[in-house]
Amino acid sequence: MWTFLIRRLMQSIVVLIGVTLISFISLQIGGDPTYLFVSENASAEEIQRAREALGFDKPLHIQYLSYVWNALQGDFGNSLSYRQPAMDVVLEAMPATIELTFFSLVLAIGLSIPLGIYAALNRGKPADGGIMTFAMLGQSIPNFWMGIMMILFFGLYLRWFPISGHVPFLEPLFEGDFATAFSNLPRSMYYMIMPAFAVGTYTLARNARLIRSSMLEVLQQDYVRTARSKGISERRVVIHHAMRNAWLPVVTMIGLEFGFLLGGVVVVETVFSYPGIGRLVFNAINQRDIPVVQASVILLAAIFILLNLIVDLIYARLDPRVKL
Amino acid sequence: MADTTPTPSSASTTQAVGGMASSYRRRELRRAFESMLTSRWALVGLLILLIVTFVAIFGPWLAPFDPNRQNIMMRLLEPGQPGAGELTYWLGSDQLGRDVLSRLLYGARVSLLVGVAAIAVGGTLGTIAGLVSGYFGGWVDDVIMRLGDIQLAFPFILLAIMFLVVLGPGLVNIILVLGIGQWITYARIVRAQTLSLREKEYVEAARAMGDSTFSILFRTILPNIIAPLTVIASFNVAGVILSEAALSFLGLGVPPDVPTWGSMLSESRDHLLSNKWWLAVFPGLAIVFTVLAFNIIGDWLRDFLDPRLKENG
Repeated sequence: MWTFLIRRLMQSIVVLIGVTLISFISLQIGGDPTYLFVSENASAEEIQRAREALGFDKPLHIQYLSYVWNALQGDFGNSLSYRQPAMDVVLEAMPATIELTFFSLVLAIGLSIPLGIYAALNRGKPADGGIMTFAMLGQSIPNFWMGIMMILFFGLYLRWFPISGHVPFLEPLFEGDFATAFSNLPRSMYYMIMPAFAVGTYTLARNARLIRSSMLEVLQQDYVRTARSKGISERRVVIHHAMRNAWLPVVTMIGLEFGFLLGGVVVVETVFSYPGIGRLVFNAINQRDIPVVQASVILLAAIFILLNLIVDLIYARLDPRVKL
Repeated sequence: MADTTPTPSSASTTQAVGGMASSYRRRELRRAFESMLTSRWALVGLLILLIVTFVAIFGPWLAPFDPNRQNIMMRLLEPGQPGAGELTYWLGSDQLGRDVLSRLLYGARVSLLVGVAAIAVGGTLGTIAGLVSGYFGGWVDDVIMRLGDIQLAFPFILLAIMFLVVLGPGLVNIILVLGIGQWITYARIVRAQTLSLREKEYVEAARAMGDSTFSILFRTILPNIIAPLTVIASFNVAGVILSEAALSFLGLGVPPDVPTWGSMLSESRDHLLSNKWWLAVFPGLAIVFTVLAFNIIGDWLRDFLDPRLKENG
């Protein structure tokens, strides 16, 4: 157990170092990175002062080490547009993004399981065809366009859902105000349903297909045949024998899926003017506020790596075939 | 493996083998053609793909307007409205009075070009890395695969954003970033295949005949792993087109004077509340159909090349 834990932890650290290296390189490829950290109409003196302050006049390896050292302390410099530490700006937007990502994951996985199973049990029938056509389409629709179409149809035409806005849940929760957090929850979900669906469609479609084919494979296995021949009801065979094994591939994917959704959230937030990291990054891109972009990307990557580590450890505990 | 000099008969043997291979290839092509004709979905995919390709090539001749010509008098016209003179804005006009249909037709070029070029970049890099990694093993393999792990630890779109913000928008930049983003997918597949192929008799034979490593990698091993690569590539083009649209939507795609489907959607956002639906609907449909076509073809190719993988459908 300990060797696995340590090995997996070391891997994550190597990957994190790689992440800082890549982001450091991304700063350097455009030439002198000082220009990325000063406003466009800065004077030559200001630029020189910034260069010295940021250490860009030193040799590359020293620059990298101080970059990593600063990153470890969450210091990515000051945001050019907010005039405060970039990391603070990003952390403020973080809870909203986590809420949306998590909600879309729950939505996508929660819907894909019954859809995939239903399609498998009705193989070749119109229901199966319909679900699979939907899945094929779902994998081909850009998430942000899905968002725009939902705004046009469910938001503006039918007026069922709000087209923008956000009711915080995690923020009061972190502050210890549980009463507010939980009284906010229903409205929070109501505001998130359209963006969450837009973000999750691809994952929903892909997993529905995955579960369907995995279920079809499991249904042909000997132990399912045995269960059936013992006279167990079909419902019980499906729920207790087949389903348990059919969603294993989905469980394995959840960690990666979260990262994938996180990437989608970045784009979809912009569509719904949702106040998370995505919209922050979008605005930062337009204002060339590099410290905010860097802080956001590295923080998201770190979360992603951490989540994968946790999922791997949980999986290793759950699946006896993975030796600890 | 004692004697590595080619025997006099090896040339004629090679010729005979070459002849057999080409007739085998012809048979496979015919089988592919017949399988495609019998699959309704595959035909639909192929048809869409042909249309998009046709539009991408002949767009400038098909477009009724110059895609960048602004006409403030004709701004935000609904689809089907007549414009100045004989011409009609079949799909409406945008906030600067540019013809949506013409921009859509030009946009096909960028989407297809970026999709195919990025796959060429990523596929080539990944294939070489995978061949080297799988054939040599050892520390070379370790280094290449760990590099891939690091890249996969990033949600890809974030990586692309980080580089494109610094590099600035541009066709070459976006192709390179999207292409480099894909290499590991190919490297992993090629590596796995190479690992199993390098022990096969015909690779052993090539080594025994004194073929260079380069020749073994690219002439003996590579032709045998093209099949799975084409499947990956097809799905990958779909993914890259989606990524390009997302990046263009964020303002990180090609420069603003080049019409793309993603940037058209980005501009449409400002006019959603006033219900100018045509600005958002048509570019989106263009992306969906193109991506759908590549996904369908990918599915068909996978089933055709390896019926065991068929999704039990």
